[in-house]
Amino acid sequence: MQSWFFTEDAYPYLPDADTYESIRVNLPNKYYDPDKGADLYHMYLDLWCAADELGLEVMVNEHHQTATCVVPAAPIMLGILARQTRRARLLILGNPIANRSQPLRVAEEMAMIDVISRGRLECGFVRSVPYEAAPANVLPFRGMQRLWEAHDMIVKAWTTHDGPFNFEGRWFHARQINIWPRPYQQPHPPIWITVGSGRSTIPVAQHQYTGAVFLAGYPRIREIYDGYRTAYRTAHGQEVPLDRLAYAALVYVGENPQQARAGAEKVLWYMTSNKVPQHWSNPPGYHPPAIAAQIMRGTRGGAGLPLAPRLDEQMARGNVFAGTPDQVFAQIKSFWEYAGGFGHLLMMGQAGFLTYAETLTSMRLFTQEVYPRLQELTASCDCDSLQAMRAGQPDKEFADLGAFGVEFVR
Amino acid sequence: MQAGVNTIAIQGIDLQVVRQGTGRPLLLLHGGDGPQNSLPFFTRLAERFAVIAPTHPGFAGTAIPEHFDTLTDLVYLYLDLLDVLDLHDVILIGMSMGGWVAVEIAVRNTSRLSQIILVDAVGIKPGDRDTRDIADIFGLPAPEVAKLLFHDPAQAPSLATMTDEQVTKFAGDRIAHAMYTWEPYMYNPKLRYRLHRIDVPTLLLWGASDGVVPVAYAEAYRQMIPGATLVVIPEAGHLPHIEQPDMVLQHVLACVAR
Repeated sequence: MQSWFFTEDAYPYLPDADTYESIRVNLPNKYYDPDKGADLYHMYLDLWCAADELGLEVMVNEHHQTATCVVPAAPIMLGILARQTRRARLLILGNPIANRSQPLRVAEEMAMIDVISRGRLECGFVRSVPYEAAPANVLPFRGMQRLWEAHDMIVKAWTTHDGPFNFEGRWFHARQINIWPRPYQQPHPPIWITVGSGRSTIPVAQHQYTGAVFLAGYPRIREIYDGYRTAYRTAHGQEVPLDRLAYAALVYVGENPQQARAGAEKVLWYMTSNKVPQHWSNPPGYHPPAIAAQIMRGTRGGAGLPLAPRLDEQMARGNVFAGTPDQVFAQIKSFWEYAGGFGHLLMMGQAGFLTYAETLTSMRLFTQEVYPRLQELTASCDCDSLQAMRAGQPDKEFADLGAFGVEFVR
Repeated sequence: MQAGVNTIAIQGIDLQVVRQGTGRPLLLLHGGDGPQNSLPFFTRLAERFAVIAPTHPGFAGTAIPEHFDTLTDLVYLYLDLLDVLDLHDVILIGMSMGGWVAVEIAVRNTSRLSQIILVDAVGIKPGDRDTRDIADIFGLPAPEVAKLLFHDPAQAPSLATMTDEQVTKFAGDRIAHAMYTWEPYMYNPKLRYRLHRIDVPTLLLWGASDGVVPVAYAEAYRQMIPGATLVVIPEAGHLPHIEQPDMVLQHVLACVAR
């Protein structure tokens, strides 16, 4: 199992949440102190460099107009890391290409990063979360169609080497496409796409891309992974390689249960801070009418994350792995078996006020005491025994949390 | 063509059209709040005119045609509808977004039209780039939107009293509304250069308390349409046909009698 260190690069020094309507979209940036922000950027970059040295892979993402993630341009972070890291794979998850007016810019940026890093790029594409509609000024309706058209243009730009070609799609147009540089990896860097429902996995499986699932937990992971596996078998007539499935969760490893719990509570800031009103979390066309109606009614969490998350519940759901190395290994192994296996663990290992030292403690313990056992687990598994293990575990029942996690899904 | 709900096939679309009443033909184009045939205003209108009220595709649970993505798609759909029904001497009434559609129809062809009545219509941008001329209803909490839409916000539809099916339709209407109006937001930058082509009498009816497009917006619109008149309806917001149906009807009758 490949494990990836990830932080959203939050700016956590905010006034009392009662004083603002939303942490996203319209929170005034007067609350952002560039001096503190510079310290944070350097801390986050140092953490990624530490991940590289420890033997973890690196993952970055982007959001816009939000204190939860002050990286509105993930390629800039990745450009720095392409130069400053030595060995780690560099995953961007991802480029919000449904919201970009010109996907060719993304094709160019990604090709540059791939060349600078000498072929270490893993390129993710995402439809993006609902609160990105207002900052991008892009209608989320038909967002998946836009994503796939942008994808087609980018892949063709990466793989065409004999001079300009023409692309006049429904949304994206260019008549003389001929990017310089071309990617380092041939035919192109590995592609990842976020998925959140069985149905959304179909085109991803057909392309044999890695499907990444965020925080679906025990309640939804089987539906999604099973969807991918079925689509993959149908399209390619063979079992899914483990490395085509990824799972993202919050992770904190401590030397003892008390230290682990304290660290995990800090990482949980990612969920507890996410105060977002409906008009940002339920823009027209992001959710189908029936889901949008439930969010309007308040019977579904429109923000996509639970409003009052508790650590124990999130751990039980498989959204947080936290504890001593033995405990964390047992938690991941249990979830991995229940899910029917996956090849990548995307670890949100830092959030909120978790310090550099606290983060590094967890990363070290993970790398030294958990990671080798996870690698052993995946190296020794075969698909048949994995599916037998999965079949041996009955579906777990959980109270419906509505649209929890749904923000990441489409 | 029978009275009631008809389905008319145009451009491969099954367009839903409510037809009610006899008399002069009156094409009624609804706004973002959806079809109006259940409103008292509609019944009154149908006592005087042969009302033809299409449902914009995507509203009221109807499908959005795959090739639709702009308001212009509606404009050509209704130009075709006028031809298919071979209507003449048509009174064209459009509310809000439907008013914008009406204006876009008129700048293309007025030969089948006799009068145009625009009720709190959008479609132009009178201000500069830094001015938000039209309230961003997709970026505000629902109670704030209700205050902009209604003189008396208590008139606003309440989700609490709606059935699940009604709320789902409401959510679907919001998607269609956004698809037709998202960017440029609720206007066509070229429209002001085409308004001189309107050569039939045009009446602007406007709610005095409209918070989405205030009366100053109506005044700018009036100045751009040759010979247009503006009547402001007191104690009404963006939807005067809901808050002051009698007064709106009275002005419609006065306008067409001229």
